[in-house]
Amino acid sequence: MPDNTNSDVSPVPTRTSGPEKRTRVEREFTVAERSQAQLVLRRFLQHKLAVGSLIVLILIILLAFVGGWLWKYGVEDLTGDHSQPPSWEHPFGTDAIGHDSFAQVLRGTQISIGIAVLVALFATIVGTIWGAVAGFYRGWVDTVLMRVADLVLTLPLLAVAAVLGHNTQGTWWLIAVVIAGLYWAYVSRVARGVVLSLREKEFIEAAKALGATDARIIFRHLVPNALGSVIVNATVLVAIAILIETSLSFLGFGVRPPDTSLGLLVSQNQTAVSTRPWLFYFPGLFIILIALTINFIGDGLRDAFDPQQTKVRA
Amino acid sequence: MLAYSLRRLLISVPIFIASTFVVFLMAALSGNPLNRLLAISPPPPPQTIEAERVRLHLDQPIFERYWNWLTGLFRGDFGPSVESTMDIGNEVMSRYLVTLRLVLLAMLLALILAIIAGVVSAVKQYSGIDYTFTFIGFLFLAMPTFWFAILLKEAGISFNNAVGEQVLFTIGDSSVYVAGGAWDKVLDTAGHMVLPTISLALLSFAAWSRFQRAAMLEVLNSDYVRLARAKGLRRGQVMRKHALRTALIPLTTVTALDLGSIISGAVVTETVFQWQGAGTFLLEAIRKDDVYSIMAWLVISATVIIVLNLVADLLYGVLDPRIRYA
Repeated sequence: MPDNTNSDVSPVPTRTSGPEKRTRVEREFTVAERSQAQLVLRRFLQHKLAVGSLIVLILIILLAFVGGWLWKYGVEDLTGDHSQPPSWEHPFGTDAIGHDSFAQVLRGTQISIGIAVLVALFATIVGTIWGAVAGFYRGWVDTVLMRVADLVLTLPLLAVAAVLGHNTQGTWWLIAVVIAGLYWAYVSRVARGVVLSLREKEFIEAAKALGATDARIIFRHLVPNALGSVIVNATVLVAIAILIETSLSFLGFGVRPPDTSLGLLVSQNQTAVSTRPWLFYFPGLFIILIALTINFIGDGLRDAFDPQQTKVRA
Repeated sequence: MLAYSLRRLLISVPIFIASTFVVFLMAALSGNPLNRLLAISPPPPPQTIEAERVRLHLDQPIFERYWNWLTGLFRGDFGPSVESTMDIGNEVMSRYLVTLRLVLLAMLLALILAIIAGVVSAVKQYSGIDYTFTFIGFLFLAMPTFWFAILLKEAGISFNNAVGEQVLFTIGDSSVYVAGGAWDKVLDTAGHMVLPTISLALLSFAAWSRFQRAAMLEVLNSDYVRLARAKGLRRGQVMRKHALRTALIPLTTVTALDLGSIISGAVVTETVFQWQGAGTFLLEAIRKDDVYSIMAWLVISATVIIVLNLVADLLYGVLDPRIRYA
């Protein structure tokens, strides 16, 4: 059965690592010792779709951040080629006034990924601490913290983000703060649930019996064990944040010109869909590709962290 | 059951007050409704500005403004709009009817498709059709509403060109003038609804079909389904009466939780198809810093969500005898 059971309890050797006599003396049988992180990594690497997605995502990120910097045209450069279809000179074509669409999509990808990662980071940190504290202390602390989280959860996300985003003047990190400010509550719910079940486990009781302080229990026992769920959640959150940010920018309450995001590019080029389709399709495909790969990676991570839920074995 | 629903209804009252208060604060503090008036050049006389300030209750402290707004709601008064000629109550109601048509139909379509896809995927696990539905699910999960909606709009135009007459409409929620009788009106509205409904439905379908598949798989692997088969019940009967019915309970929960995001999705869909619905009403209100219009949208949305949650509660009772007889 799963590898998370202690291997020295199992009656048969799971893996023999050669006929070294020395180890045989110390133990009944030899097993390769693996840390939790190694197990997770091994399981993740077996998830082919997730590994493939990770490679594609890394390539997109490199393309956006390194490629965008190296590419011969900047976002605001007017190239003199108007409404050109894709070519070697302009891989994604040009728009009516001569902007290079490739440069714009790369810049949009930078901004969209930047916002999404920032959202995931903010929401995960705040939400995890919030939920962990609530779950660990229970009682009135839990009640107060979770009622606040519930309140945030009842707010209609897109509407409130639009109200607040309307006055951010398109500053990209402020938009990230607004979206994270509405999303941390989801994370806190998950974190609380995990902590609530963990705190009843025997090893926490043992730590308490040994006289460990609250801080030690939280940071040495609860956080590492809750890390799996938190990481999976943060990954999926990046994909959700990309979709929210692009929707917000599309509606005109997110990133604004002269800066650009993938959602804004789609919005600006929606009338060009039949006449100059390259302007419309490329930014959209980038959104889908980013969100899709992140979802697959999240799936792979979920399987890797929680071997009981899946048939994939390390 | 009734007591449970009533209790939930009562709990939603303080939640409603707290969340409207938060949104009111954010909307009122984040923008100045007088900006447009102040931006006019030559500037209007100070008396005009002062009169507008009083009309929009901007001279009152924020807590008093909220209190007056809240108590006004019970009298059916949604407060003054930046547009002095607009009655917010009438406007938001008529706009919301248009949106509700879209939202409810899209939900229905998404649920039917999700149940079919989820059940087929679960029954034929790891088959070609399962992988196909899984791929479609993941694809739509990653697809932004607006991009897909524009694509559908384009497809609708090509379809019309191929047929040679305007069957599917891509702009507006209905034609301004329709010749003929009531039947032509219905046809016209239906023609306007097809594309937005599909675009809104397919995005919820993605997540829901995944949920339905997982729920169905869990039920199919449970002991009572095996027992039902073992005692000789027909496969179809087991699927319908034993498995599917239980597997619908998680979907009901998810659907109720997703209501907010469907209404958000409708905002985007309406923008793309240029509907005069509640979504575009909200966006106009935000652009004009029209606090009371934003609040009106919020109140109606909250009411819709609360009512649909009650429907979900009743459905639990239908699906789960333990709840019905508790």
